[in-house]
Amino acid sequence: MKYETQKVALPFFMVAMALFALQIVFGLLAASVYVWPNFMAELMPFNIMRVSHTNLLIVWLLIGFMGATYYLMPEEAEREIHSPTIAYIQLAIFAFAGAAALVGYQFGIHEGREFLEQPFWVKVLITISFLMFLFNTSMTLLKGRRTAINLVLMLGLWLAAVFWLFAFYNPSNLAVDKLYWWWVVHLWVEGVWELIMASLLGYLLIKMTGVDREVIEKWLYIIVGLSLFSGLLGTGHHYYWIGAPSYWQPIGSIFSTLEVIPFFAMVVFAFTMFWKGSRNHPNKAAMLWALGCPTVAFFGAGVWGFMHTLHWVNYYSHGTQVTAAHGHLAFYGAYVMLMLGIISFAMPQLRRVQPYNQVMNMWGFWIVTGAMCFMTFTLTFAGVVQTHLQRVLGMNFMEVQDQLVLFYGMRLGSGIAVAIGSCLLLYAFFGPAREQVPAGGTQLTAGADRA
Amino acid sequence: MADGLTKSAARNIFYGGSLFFFLLFAALTAHSHWYMVNTSTDKEGLTESVVEGKHIWEKNMCINCHSIMGEGAYFAPELGNVWERYGGHQNPEAARAGLAAWIRAQPLGTQGRRQMPAYDFSDEEMSALIDFLEWTDGIDDQDWPPTPAG
Repeated sequence: MKYETQKVALPFFMVAMALFALQIVFGLLAASVYVWPNFMAELMPFNIMRVSHTNLLIVWLLIGFMGATYYLMPEEAEREIHSPTIAYIQLAIFAFAGAAALVGYQFGIHEGREFLEQPFWVKVLITISFLMFLFNTSMTLLKGRRTAINLVLMLGLWLAAVFWLFAFYNPSNLAVDKLYWWWVVHLWVEGVWELIMASLLGYLLIKMTGVDREVIEKWLYIIVGLSLFSGLLGTGHHYYWIGAPSYWQPIGSIFSTLEVIPFFAMVVFAFTMFWKGSRNHPNKAAMLWALGCPTVAFFGAGVWGFMHTLHWVNYYSHGTQVTAAHGHLAFYGAYVMLMLGIISFAMPQLRRVQPYNQVMNMWGFWIVTGAMCFMTFTLTFAGVVQTHLQRVLGMNFMEVQDQLVLFYGMRLGSGIAVAIGSCLLLYAFFGPAREQVPAGGTQLTAGADRA
Repeated sequence: MADGLTKSAARNIFYGGSLFFFLLFAALTAHSHWYMVNTSTDKEGLTESVVEGKHIWEKNMCINCHSIMGEGAYFAPELGNVWERYGGHQNPEAARAGLAAWIRAQPLGTQGRRQMPAYDFSDEEMSALIDFLEWTDGIDDQDWPPTPAG
C-alpha cells in the first residue's frame, strides 16, 4: 500500500462482506420455501425474503465498488484521496440507508417495483451518498494522473448514477413503467457496470501480471467499447413482450447476441495477460479470482444469457427458472467474483501482512464457484422442464412447480455449499493472519528479505 | 491483438461509438414510449382506478412472488394474463368475482402448497386491483405468453 488513504477501503470491504453474508442467509431462507412451501409462511412471507436477498446483493456490490475505487484511485491518480472524512461519512449514510431499507422490508415498508423497492427517502439518501462518493473520487482524479483505468472506472460510476435517476420515475402506464425500469436495471448490469468490471479487472491484471500498461489499457477501451455497442441496443431483449414495437425483436436478438463478445474478450484478455506476464505475484488467490471472474461471467452472462435471448426462444422461456439460472450465474461471475477478487488482492495490503491464508481462500473459491455452477445447472433443468410443461403443453403453473421439487432440493443443497465456502472466504479475509509458503518454496513469496 | 490500433484510436472509437449507439437507443426508446401510450395500451381505459390498482400492486410488493408480463419473482403464477385465465374475455363479471374470492380466501393454509398471505383489501381497493389486472391483460404484447397458463 503506497498511499495512506487507501485504507479507507477497509471499512467499505467489511460492510460489503457483512451484507454479502446476510444476502446468503436470505437466499437460503427463500430456497427453503421452495422445498418446504409452508416454511416460515406466517413469520416472513416469500416476497420479503426475496426482496432482502436481491437488495442486499445490489447494496453490497455498490459498497464494494466504492471501496475498490477508493483503494485503487490513489495508486492510479498518484495522490491521496481528496477527503477520507467524506469517504467515511458517505459510507455511514449508505450503510444506514441500506440497513434501514432492510429492516423496513421486514415490517412491510417498501415501494413495489422489482429491485427498486427502497422507500423514497432511502433512495434519496443513496443518491446523496453516491454523489458524495463521486465528488470525492472525481476530485482525486482531477488533481492527479489520468489513466484509462481510472477514467473508464469513473465514467462507469458516473453513468451508473445518471441511470439510477430513472428509479425516481414511475409512470402510471405499466408498459411505459417497464420501458424505463430497464434503463436502470439493464443499463446498469449489462451496460455501465461492465465499464466498472473491465477497469477493475484491468487494474488487477496490471498489478499482478506486470504487463505493460499501454497494452492493457488498449484492451480495456476495446472491451468497454464492445460492451456498450452491444449492450445499449441489447436492452431490446427486455422489450419483446411488454407492449413495445415489434422492431425490438430483431434488434434485441442481434445486439444481445453480440453482448457475448465483450465477455469472451475479457476471458481472452485475462488469460493472455496472465501468460504474457513476467511478474510472479505472490497473491495466487487474487490471481485465481481475476481469471475466474471473466470465465464464469462469460458462461453466466454470455452463454446462459445467449441461451434464451433470441426472441423466438425467449417467447417460450421468458420468466421461467431459466431466467433465474442465468441471473444467479451472471451476477456471481461478473460482479460477485470481481469484488471477491479485489478484496482478496487488497486485504493483505490493507492489513499490512504478506498474502496469507491462500489455500483457504482458494478452497473458498472452488467451493463457492462450484456450488454456484451446480445451482445454475439445477435451475436450468428446472427451467427447461417448466418451459416445456407450462409454455408448450399449457399445464397450470402450480402443477408444473410440483414437478420441479427435485431441482429445488438440489438448489437448496448447493446454496448450503455456497454458505460454507463463503465462511471460508470470510475467515481468509478477516481471520487471524498466517503466512503460508507456496509449494515452490520461499523464493515465491514477496519481499526483499525472502529472495 | 489489433497491433495497428493505437490506444488513443481505441479510446476515440469507444467514446464515439458509445455516443452513437446511445443516441440511437434513446431515439428508439422515445418512439417506443409514444407507441405504448398511443397504440399498444388502452389510453382511454387507463382510469384512476387502474392507476390506483397499480399502486396497490406496488404497495403490497406482489412482484416479489408473482411475475407480470414475465418479470418478477417466478415463485407464484404470472398475472399479466390472469384476466384471460379467469375467463374475463367471455364473462367479466364472473372473472371479477372469481379473482376477488380467490384473494379473499388466502391464506389457504394447505400443507405442501406455497402460501399467499392474507390481504385486507376494501371492496374499492379490490376493484381497483382487478381493474389494473384487466387493463394489463389488454396490453398488445406480441401475443405473449404462448399459453393461458402464463
